Amino acid sequence: MILDAQGLNRSFGAVTAADNICVAVEQDSVVGLIGSNGAGKTTFINMVTGYLKPNSGSIRFEGRDITALKPRRITQLGICRSFQIPQLFNTMTVAENLMVGVGIIVSAGGGWASSSQRKVEPAKAVTAMLEQFGLEAYRDRQAGLLPEGTRKLLDIAMAMVVRPRILLLDEPTSGVSADEKFVLMDRVMAAVREGNVTVLFVEHDMEVVLRYTHRVLAFYEGRIIADGDPVVVLDDVEVRRFVIGDHAPKQAGGAARHA
Amino acid sequence: MKSDSTSIAIGVITVVLLVAAPFLPNWAMSLANVALCYGTVVLGMMLLMRTGLVSFGHGLYYCLGAYAAGMIDQMLKLPDMALMVAAAAAATAVVSAILGLLLARYRDIFFAMLSLAFSMILYGLLVKSSSLGSTDGFNISAKTIVGIAVADDARRYAGYGITVVMTMLSALLLNRYLRSHRGRLAEAIRDNELRVEYMGSSVRSTVHLHYVISAVLAGIGGAMMAINIGHIDPEMTYWPQSGEFVFIAILSGTGNVFAPLGGALVFETIRSFAYEYSPNTWQMVLGITMLIVMIFLPGGLWSLIQRRKAA
Repeated sequence: MILDAQGLNRSFGAVTAADNICVAVEQDSVVGLIGSNGAGKTTFINMVTGYLKPNSGSIRFEGRDITALKPRRITQLGICRSFQIPQLFNTMTVAENLMVGVGIIVSAGGGWASSSQRKVEPAKAVTAMLEQFGLEAYRDRQAGLLPEGTRKLLDIAMAMVVRPRILLLDEPTSGVSADEKFVLMDRVMAAVREGNVTVLFVEHDMEVVLRYTHRVLAFYEGRIIADGDPVVVLDDVEVRRFVIGDHAPKQAGGAARHA
Repeated sequence: MKSDSTSIAIGVITVVLLVAAPFLPNWAMSLANVALCYGTVVLGMMLLMRTGLVSFGHGLYYCLGAYAAGMIDQMLKLPDMALMVAAAAAATAVVSAILGLLLARYRDIFFAMLSLAFSMILYGLLVKSSSLGSTDGFNISAKTIVGIAVADDARRYAGYGITVVMTMLSALLLNRYLRSHRGRLAEAIRDNELRVEYMGSSVRSTVHLHYVISAVLAGIGGAMMAINIGHIDPEMTYWPQSGEFVFIAILSGTGNVFAPLGGALVFETIRSFAYEYSPNTWQMVLGITMLIVMIFLPGGLWSLIQRRKAA
């Protein structure tokens, strides 16, 4: 188990955002997190990345307890995240954005980046990232002026620059047009497989969930109400009622799955 | 490391300024001295601004550097120019490292006002210290440079020389730093602190470092000013002085290390001539200059040069 969360509880006043969450994630798996707004998906991501501390419970990453660590330290250990709203360096070009990340790795104080990571030739590393994510055409464009789909892709590339072991994606396809979303996810998943990265992603688009995940966690009112194979979970009565909505066509996109 | 065009230009200008020394009339040399001293302080302001911070209290370090230089003369009786500059750098580094622990947590107006408050505390302390001359300050005279005695009539050349060398050395090092991986974090922090943290880099430690660097530059600027003018007083940490540094920084822009140096020269030139020709309205001349720059050149005077490069 690369990630093991046990008995996570977190409440905000009277609202319970996490109610005894227990999740163990295997290495190299791709896990989808689904649930309506306020179900506790992002709270879970925020607890894993250290942005929020659970009221009780523990999170272990590769056997090490990371519950009390700061986000920066957790990033250094190898858990990175992308954001629902892309968090970029808006006045810089795409290449410069990536260069900041490469620069952090190369000059990492305290030696948290491995020696092989620090030995990379920065300019080459940036070019490789641009190619991997299909961003070469935008190389010298200012990040603040890019179309939303490209911004999302760059945001994910930024999370991958620091070579994570686990990548958490918060709604990677929100704000991305329907015909772009598979292109984007294909690129991301190719990069993820190449780097042997374990992925957890929050997603509202069930087509995307079915196509790319090995496993789905369905959240409802801070609890996990279903956990397992995507087709089975999306077919679950409770999940259909509380997460997807009964009006959704049964087996939507199920046949399209080829991950 | 590969040398870039800015580094080469710094080298060339250093040589030109030093060679020109014997031919400079008195007024031009003092104008150059003031511009270079201010320029050194504003180099630090530029680093802070690139990091997204504006300090309204850098007079604190400017004054502290000058008084550190003064103490070397007054208390230790070692009137050496190099030693004075070194003492200024050391004193400002120590004080800013301590104050930075607090200031690195603040941004925007809170950072600006807190730094202003600290500078006014020093002002209050100096005004109350009669042993340091209170509001009158005291005179200092630097008689040697790295241990070598300087004749009285050569002293102004020595002062000018150390000012040119230290300013250009500061510009050279800062330019190198801004092009390094760590230096590039400045703009990243200004753009998006959250992302910097989520890439595994501590925003606070970089802000703290940049605060210390800017303080040391201000301290060196203050010490050089003390050497050249031969007099220091608490006005150096009074708020209009800090405001002047912000003024020059905005006038200059942050595009290149030459921006603060050029901006300081423009500022001093305008001020000298405005003072000469309209003693009662010179502030208005500066104010109008600022208005014009802000409206037509929001990126500061440096954007004029950037535009020419782009064209």
